[in-house]
Amino acid sequence: MQNSKTLFLCIFALNNLNLLKMNLSKPAILVLEDGRTFRGKSFGSEGETYGEMVFNTSMTGYQEILTDPSYAGQIVCMTYPLIGNYGTNEEDVESRRPWVEGFVVKEASRIASNWRAEETLDSYLKRHKIVGIEQIDTRALVRHIRDKGAMRAVISTTDLDEKSLLEKVNQSPEMQNRELASAVTIEKNYDYPAENKEKYHVVAYDFGVKTNSLREFAKFGCKVTVVTAETPAEKVLAMKPDGIFLSNGPGDPASMKSVVAEIKKLTNSNVPMFGICLGHQILGQVFGGTTYKLKFGHRGGNQPIKNLETGKVEITAHNHGFAVDAKSLPADVEITHINLNDETVAGLKHKKLPIFSVQYHPESAPGPHDSEYLFKNFIELMEKK
Amino acid sequence: MPKRTDIHKILIIGSGPIVIGQACEFDYSGTQACRALKQEGFEVVLVNSNPATIMTDPEIADRTYIEPLTVETVTAIIEKEKPDALLPTVGAQTALNLSVELYEKGVLDKNGVKLIGANINAIKVGEDRELFKKAMDEIGVPSAKGGFAHTWEEAQKIVQETGYPAIIRPAFTLGGTGGGTAFNPEEFEEIAKGGLAASPTSQILVEESILGWKEYELEVMRDLNDNVVIICSIENFDPMGVHTGDSITVAPAQTLSDMEYQRLRDMSIACIRKVGVETGGSNIQFAVNPENGDVRIIEMNPRVSRSSALASKATGFPIAKIAAKLAVGYTLDEIPNDITKKTPASFEPTIDYVVTKIPKWAFEKFPQAEDVLGTQMKSVGEVMAIGRTFKESLFKGLRSLEAVKPLRLVGVPDHVLQRKLARPNSQRFSYITYALRNGYSIDEVHRLTKIDVWFLEQLQEVMMLQNRIESRKLNDVPSEVLRTAKEFALSDRRLAFLTESTEDEVRERRKNLGVTPVYKRVDTCGAEFESHTPYLYSTYEEECEAEPTERKKIMILGSGPNRIGQGIEFDYCCCHASFALQDADFETIMVNCNPETVSTDYDTSDRLYFEPLTFEDVMNIVEKEQPNGVIVQFGGQTPLNLADRLHNAEVPIIGTSPDSIDLAEDRKRFSALLQDLRIPQPENGTATSAEEAKAIANKIGYPLVVRPSFVLGGRAMAIVYDEQSLDEYMRTAVDASPEKPILIDKFLERAVEIDVDALADETACVICGIQEHIEEAGIHSGDSSSVLPAQRILQEHLETIKHYTFNLAKALKVKGLMNLQLAIKDDRVYVIEVNPRASRTVPFVAKATGIPIAKIASLVMADVKTLAEFNLPEVLPVPKIFVKSPVFPFKKFAGVDPVLGPEMHSTGEVMGVGETFGEAYGKAMEGAGLNLPKAGTAFLSVNDSDKGQAVVLARRLNKLGFKLIATYGTATRLKEVGLDCETVFKVNEGRPNIADYIKRGEIALVINTPLGSISHYDEQAIRKAALQFNVPTVTTMTGAEALIEAITTKLNEEKVSVRSLQEIHDGKTLMVNG
Repeated sequence: MQNSKTLFLCIFALNNLNLLKMNLSKPAILVLEDGRTFRGKSFGSEGETYGEMVFNTSMTGYQEILTDPSYAGQIVCMTYPLIGNYGTNEEDVESRRPWVEGFVVKEASRIASNWRAEETLDSYLKRHKIVGIEQIDTRALVRHIRDKGAMRAVISTTDLDEKSLLEKVNQSPEMQNRELASAVTIEKNYDYPAENKEKYHVVAYDFGVKTNSLREFAKFGCKVTVVTAETPAEKVLAMKPDGIFLSNGPGDPASMKSVVAEIKKLTNSNVPMFGICLGHQILGQVFGGTTYKLKFGHRGGNQPIKNLETGKVEITAHNHGFAVDAKSLPADVEITHINLNDETVAGLKHKKLPIFSVQYHPESAPGPHDSEYLFKNFIELMEKK
Repeated sequence: MPKRTDIHKILIIGSGPIVIGQACEFDYSGTQACRALKQEGFEVVLVNSNPATIMTDPEIADRTYIEPLTVETVTAIIEKEKPDALLPTVGAQTALNLSVELYEKGVLDKNGVKLIGANINAIKVGEDRELFKKAMDEIGVPSAKGGFAHTWEEAQKIVQETGYPAIIRPAFTLGGTGGGTAFNPEEFEEIAKGGLAASPTSQILVEESILGWKEYELEVMRDLNDNVVIICSIENFDPMGVHTGDSITVAPAQTLSDMEYQRLRDMSIACIRKVGVETGGSNIQFAVNPENGDVRIIEMNPRVSRSSALASKATGFPIAKIAAKLAVGYTLDEIPNDITKKTPASFEPTIDYVVTKIPKWAFEKFPQAEDVLGTQMKSVGEVMAIGRTFKESLFKGLRSLEAVKPLRLVGVPDHVLQRKLARPNSQRFSYITYALRNGYSIDEVHRLTKIDVWFLEQLQEVMMLQNRIESRKLNDVPSEVLRTAKEFALSDRRLAFLTESTEDEVRERRKNLGVTPVYKRVDTCGAEFESHTPYLYSTYEEECEAEPTERKKIMILGSGPNRIGQGIEFDYCCCHASFALQDADFETIMVNCNPETVSTDYDTSDRLYFEPLTFEDVMNIVEKEQPNGVIVQFGGQTPLNLADRLHNAEVPIIGTSPDSIDLAEDRKRFSALLQDLRIPQPENGTATSAEEAKAIANKIGYPLVVRPSFVLGGRAMAIVYDEQSLDEYMRTAVDASPEKPILIDKFLERAVEIDVDALADETACVICGIQEHIEEAGIHSGDSSSVLPAQRILQEHLETIKHYTFNLAKALKVKGLMNLQLAIKDDRVYVIEVNPRASRTVPFVAKATGIPIAKIASLVMADVKTLAEFNLPEVLPVPKIFVKSPVFPFKKFAGVDPVLGPEMHSTGEVMGVGETFGEAYGKAMEGAGLNLPKAGTAFLSVNDSDKGQAVVLARRLNKLGFKLIATYGTATRLKEVGLDCETVFKVNEGRPNIADYIKRGEIALVINTPLGSISHYDEQAIRKAALQFNVPTVTTMTGAEALIEAITTKLNEEKVSVRSLQEIHDGKTLMVNG
């Protein structure tokens, strides 16, 4: 890591230049598929980008959000207006690169102020070719999405014509039925080593896994073998895992029939299995349930989840646009957690098999650490075996 | 978990009078708690000595005791009311300390009272630094190294652990005097030994220095099911070293990454669990090293606090209300979120705006105090502003402060500038912007102030924009730049200054260009869910969410930040206007920027605009809402100052007309009116220069009262006895000019002062209260104790006062409230001034008479009913004797002489009620924090004209069993009449002198009337010693007489009597409905 003081000085030198640029930055435009348009300023990379327009209500953690593979195919708007204040660094990444299609903020900080900062947000996005737009009424955008539902959008700094952009955005792919896990998964399996003594071996399906899940397993003494999304069940079982982990990831879970079929084979192995987010939605389908698209999803770090087994409430990080339909679940599956905001299914457990899953993100990053116990529960399941 | 069924009756202890550090945020919290518990079906018993609060309104609790917050009185209340439980966490540190005392004295156990909200152990761990540190060590949360020392040897041991620099803080010294920072062993020895000597308990705290670290606060809530949520994070603009009450603070935290924020969150949760706060809110403070992220936990308050009130206003999450519900057994997931209606309270609010709180200081009131900020809080009020960016919220906040005279710095020498930047002071912000505009880099300013570069960069952006505008004419400022300026919250006034145009021109131009604000809602959830509560703030963006209704509506302008002279009393009036008009089926719209108040609770009015009270901001709301009426006479001087301009802009101001307001405030017009009505007033004149002042003085004769026009709280008001002091006043205290003339009045020495509050309209005039001041003329009415009904005024004078009041109400066409100040001297009644608006004493009078006079005034103003239709008597009856007494902040300002005069210094007030004057006055004194001495030695030192009276008082003291001690002159006189009296040196006569006696704890009471300038030093030394050692001191003979009366009553009573307002007014409290 660079010496923070030196960094400050570099930023100061750039500071006046940045200020001059403040009003000179290029125009950018955001057009939604229903024609609603926002004109603002370009930040990050220039260009044109398409995706599903969603919003996230976390006030911190923009770098983790940018690099969360579950955002593949989406343009993310942060509801907190000031983004980039503490810059970016090499530590707070959740995967090998940012995955958002575009980034929307009210005001991007011109400088980075934090002892761990290595780069400003603007320069980080430029380096990773992520198109951003700032200085728009993000609250109006969020209210629009809330009322009308998540929809396709385009950000452009090259074509500023609303009509032409509207045409183009209506030709871009919809999130419904879109399979994206294969686009974000790794190309080759790899091992993530345990911290301290290795006690268990976990095989993790990478549908878009966040590094903090792997860090959590490592912390509890697990070696994790991360495998690609298409890995057949037999190959996984051949690795003789103590546990199988189904990661989070992007896209419509209903589009992943072949993966669901492979996972179904694994359920008979009696190997403990733990799913998060997309992993949870896949398990829901494995058990015979169905998933549906939420109006605008849950994305943020303040969602109240009630653990029906303990009666306690945990504050959790969410990032999902689909949910498991409670009514579709068979009798041998128990709902263990619900979201108190809208009573959607947030956690499942098989009554006989050592399998459970949650819709949210116990690995946090960003978000509260209230649900870390789920990793412990998984370790205990492996221990019992 | 459902609500507890084992308790039915709950006692709530309020926070008492407004003092620095405990202001009306505790009225806000307490009112919420009372209401929430009452709604849940509990019987609520409230005790609070502060009559100016909403919480002590008779309808808020079932039983309301306006009684002193002492163990004796609260014990009597507990014995009488037999509550099942005590909620100690909504009345600040006062309530916590009192609850611990009640517990330790066995009162709670004996009467079967359970503590709810926080248990004794949690309160103690939160309060005791050593226990807290130990608890934090056990859960691995780092706290600052250091500890308490009682001896130099102990201090030496501790400093080995802390290293240098080390911070030394002596316990219990005035304004924290005797402390400091030691950078080496030599300095340490000097400061530590000095601190041990200065502390009355020979105790110093030695700690590692974390000055300059970043400071954060988290507001945490926990329920009985062990669910814990963080309501809000706050980052201090001013780093460690400045009391958080004196810091600019910002919500949410701005410069922490998620990983770092979550670490503080985890520590907070661990802390609240370890300390053992079972239910409710706590405030936890952290310091973070900006170099490497090291964390130290500073403290935790197991109760609602100033910060929790701020966090509630900042997020829309009502912490005190929810805390009260948690205390009776509910869990967070069982309580709905008021704003979204559909989601539960078991979540963490997320906000999509920035909130900035800025303190307001009153150093101008304490010229002897050095303007430096440290660990002792000194601000008297605060403003909060909401914006979509930090720049917007900060500059809106600065505008909300109502700085009388913006500090426009020019040509500040570098060494001065650097000192002002490095040593925190009340004007540092102005010096920072000056430095940034004058070639200092952000880096240099950061080096000197340690303020995070992110904040400084934000300031710099605004400074650079101002520079771009400054060189242009208004019409040459491009539309886009003008819009950016408004996005940065530069006021029209500021833009007019920069472009050398007028505010009206700026307003017109930006409206022509379509640069107008929109209003957004505070909704706890970043717009994720629909908001059902119109809690609004302005911003310059696209979409407006105000959605004004078509109802008939009244807009009420609040009183802005608390300051000495304009505080909670005015907020009380504004709230009452809102309550009464809502009942009369109006939609009420509150505009205010003070986060401490009940008026800025989103529950108080139908619509809340959290906005500055400037012409620009108020007009914007008027244009959006189109109210049928606007009330300006309840919020003190702040809205009244806008009356003229609003009236000219055709805003429908209801109540007394702006012309009448002007008639009462314009000295010349008012004198002519009094002459017409044949009402005497002290001889007076208006001067625009020193020469004119001298001429007027020669005509009227000394002594004189001099003051600037249009001020509140007697700002820069003085009594001058000769030409020399008049000259000095004109030269140093004020800038007289034709726009701002100086008012000169004959000073009525030794006159009795009277305050009258009245209601009037064209159908009737009702005298609500004729209050007699205890202290004689010359002491600001806000600093004087007063009694209702008047005790010593002859019937004929009361008739005259009535007559004058009726005639003035008629002549001024008063519609609503009015306040008169009168004086009686040599059997003649004089009118000193008339204010056709709500006064500071409205809540006191309302509590004493049981008549909600502010509510009646609002209904009269809105033409709901005429005053005659209320069928009130000409003079409202008072069923008992009520005394109002002020409390002072002198202890917080080292070096200040605690003497009373025509400039107001008190921050708050208490009320005492009794069957006799002695009982009521005694209770008021105890409520104000004075222990009535019951035995011991009384010290007397009085001027010649008071010596006759001194003999009478000394005899009474002697009879009560007090020993007497006096300075030579007074002692001689007392001995002459045969009283046994010891003689003591004055301070300048040798040792041991009276100050030594006081410091040795040998004096129980000081009666010391001023002898003039010769003995000034002497008296000051006595007052300071008495202040430090908590010895009751009176400086007027009337005050001394009242105090002795109170002592006499106290010595004769067997048991303290307590009476609830509901009993006093016998349930006959008038209900006013439209």
